[in-house]
Amino acid sequence: MATDQDRLLEEVTNREYQYGFYTDIEMDMFSKGLSEDTIRAISEKKNEPAFMLEFRLDAYRKWLKMESPDWAHLKIPAIDYQDIIYYAAPKPKPKLNSLDEVDPELKATFDKLGIPLDEQKVLAGVAVDAVIDSVSVKTTFRETLAERGIIFCSISEAIREYPDLVKQYLGSVVPVGDNYFAALNSAVFSDGSFVYIPKGVRCPMELSTYFRINARDTGQFERTLIVAEDDSYVSYLEGCTAPMRDENQLHAAVVEIVAFERAEVKYSTVQNWYPGDKEGKGGIYNFVTKRGICKGDYSKISWTQVETGSAITWKYPSCVLMGDHSVGEFYSVALTNNYQQADTGTKMIHLGKNTKSLIVSKGISAGKSQNSYRGLVRVSKKADNARNFSQCDSLLLGDKCGAHTFPYLEINNSTAKVEHEATTSKIGEDQIFYCNQRGISTEDAVGLIVNGYVKEVINQLPMEFAVEAQKLLQISLEGSVG
Amino acid sequence: MLKIRNLHAKIDDKEILRGISLDVKPGEIHAIMGPNGSGKSTLAAVLTGNEAFEVSEGSVEFSGKDLLEMAPEDRAREGLFLSFQYPVEIPGVSMTNFMRTAINEQRKYRGLEPLSASEFLKLMRDRKNLVEIDSDLTNRSVNEGFSGGEKKKNEIFQMAMLDPKLAILDETDSGLDIDALRVVANGVNKLRRADNATIVITHYQRLLDYIQPDYVHVLYKGRIVKSAGKELALELEEKGYDWIKKEFEE
Repeated sequence: MATDQDRLLEEVTNREYQYGFYTDIEMDMFSKGLSEDTIRAISEKKNEPAFMLEFRLDAYRKWLKMESPDWAHLKIPAIDYQDIIYYAAPKPKPKLNSLDEVDPELKATFDKLGIPLDEQKVLAGVAVDAVIDSVSVKTTFRETLAERGIIFCSISEAIREYPDLVKQYLGSVVPVGDNYFAALNSAVFSDGSFVYIPKGVRCPMELSTYFRINARDTGQFERTLIVAEDDSYVSYLEGCTAPMRDENQLHAAVVEIVAFERAEVKYSTVQNWYPGDKEGKGGIYNFVTKRGICKGDYSKISWTQVETGSAITWKYPSCVLMGDHSVGEFYSVALTNNYQQADTGTKMIHLGKNTKSLIVSKGISAGKSQNSYRGLVRVSKKADNARNFSQCDSLLLGDKCGAHTFPYLEINNSTAKVEHEATTSKIGEDQIFYCNQRGISTEDAVGLIVNGYVKEVINQLPMEFAVEAQKLLQISLEGSVG
Repeated sequence: MLKIRNLHAKIDDKEILRGISLDVKPGEIHAIMGPNGSGKSTLAAVLTGNEAFEVSEGSVEFSGKDLLEMAPEDRAREGLFLSFQYPVEIPGVSMTNFMRTAINEQRKYRGLEPLSASEFLKLMRDRKNLVEIDSDLTNRSVNEGFSGGEKKKNEIFQMAMLDPKLAILDETDSGLDIDALRVVANGVNKLRRADNATIVITHYQRLLDYIQPDYVHVLYKGRIVKSAGKELALELEEKGYDWIKKEFEE
């Protein structure tokens, strides 16, 4: 019976990555290598104010003294940081008129990915910032948002146009020397998105950034900063894809969120970087630091992630619950197939009184992949009446993959209530047969069962993206069960 | 409709079915009885294509097609339905979603358009009334947290939804109280037509008080050792299985 299931499982996960194409665009690129000169050149290229260069150099000097982290349940091949291109941007074409500011090649690329840059064609109610390799190429709906005082632009523009805001908040949640990859990002980041929601404003549409790695041998280091003033609300989404290549490419991003009193920020990710081929060749290294701080009382930060891509994922979107009554949430689906490795989870740091956190993690492992949940719940001395509930489930498809759970609890206040539930299950041959007997094919049965399993997390995503995420999960599993 | 000829099947080299032959025609209800371990459930599993069992000999024809050549889902799409002895739980998948997927897959196989949402909901309401099941059952995940009785009623509800040509009820009566038993039996009786057929697998004759079979077969050690009308069920009830065992002990 076991062998039947294995054969079954092996058959369902074999569809090719859909976004593996490459666009031939004329690029403005640096040569490979990293030094203070590289950093000065990036800063100069972007016409940055002096404080940014200082920020970068400070980060770089710290990074030089740091070691790549080795505590995760991951096998990370040595990365030659001198063999990476740190800046690659599509060459701007001469503008014909203001309507055609985006290169048609680029527009076609994003159209192919289903990301329209045309405001007329855009998904109702979603504003997009499109980032290709090192730069943002277009941000839609800026004027509409500006009417309400909302700033949504690339981080490069924000550095030039709102230097005071950037100076105040950049690095305030993830300090330049926070960890190895965050320090590297702080030194060399080239673009990303900036969002500022003023007091009392509810952002009327979903904001979204779409990241695309296109050029060969480049690393992508994007930086996102979201500031939500008192009584504001924003829902933010990010998506990402990359061409299929035999070699690995590095993506080391940093996302910082600051939420003031009663502000609410929802941050959703559908991560679909190229995962490598069936033999584990190629794919993106996704080493990301995401952290939000609930500064004000009654503020709330909610992370939702659907992780299906990347060869290696190292990522722990976290919440620092500083304000009293603040709330942190983490909803995650991490799917690994073939030779993918994921070590992902969250940190909930309770500092304020009556703070609450919720963790729902659903891991799915197929093929020969390794999938780990790693989560920390820390309740500090002064955090009276802190509450946490964690649920960590693992689903195994086949018997060549691994699922691991590493929960850490540090409780320093006796009034805390912390609950942790964990389950591990296998998709049963009996469940699949039951579906078959009703006329449902094995592939559709796996899709049904997996989508049932992740429903709690997918329900957190905005509607259109929930549908996308469900399809993505099914595609990512094709060939893993037959 | 169904022609089984000299069917042999084994699991891990242990032969469970040892030469079964059976004909089921449209409009008929057949009861298969027999002591525990005689191969009743194995027969249901083999007919529906459970890969745990290996067919070593014999043939099965269903509506003129070679059943044993078909994948389990295609057997279902051809109109073969199994009411499971132990219905499986599928957490997070609503009954509604599950049934809609199943019905539309079956329709696609038959070259029909998928049902619209309103057509589907109408069908659900209609079938729920027919089999008298609680309407909140369909709002829940497939069999998750259902009591034993609810699971069996849910099987009959699915049978009503899918409207099979041939339904096999595998020990659907086991573990049911008298009320649930009546609901299950009423469902089967209401769904009975001249163009469909049912095989009722049961250990006890109790269910046969409610579902009147045309034929009763006794399965013993992987063979049908006795076939007769419904009076055979009563005889078995009265005498137990010991006389069968004695008579056919090798």
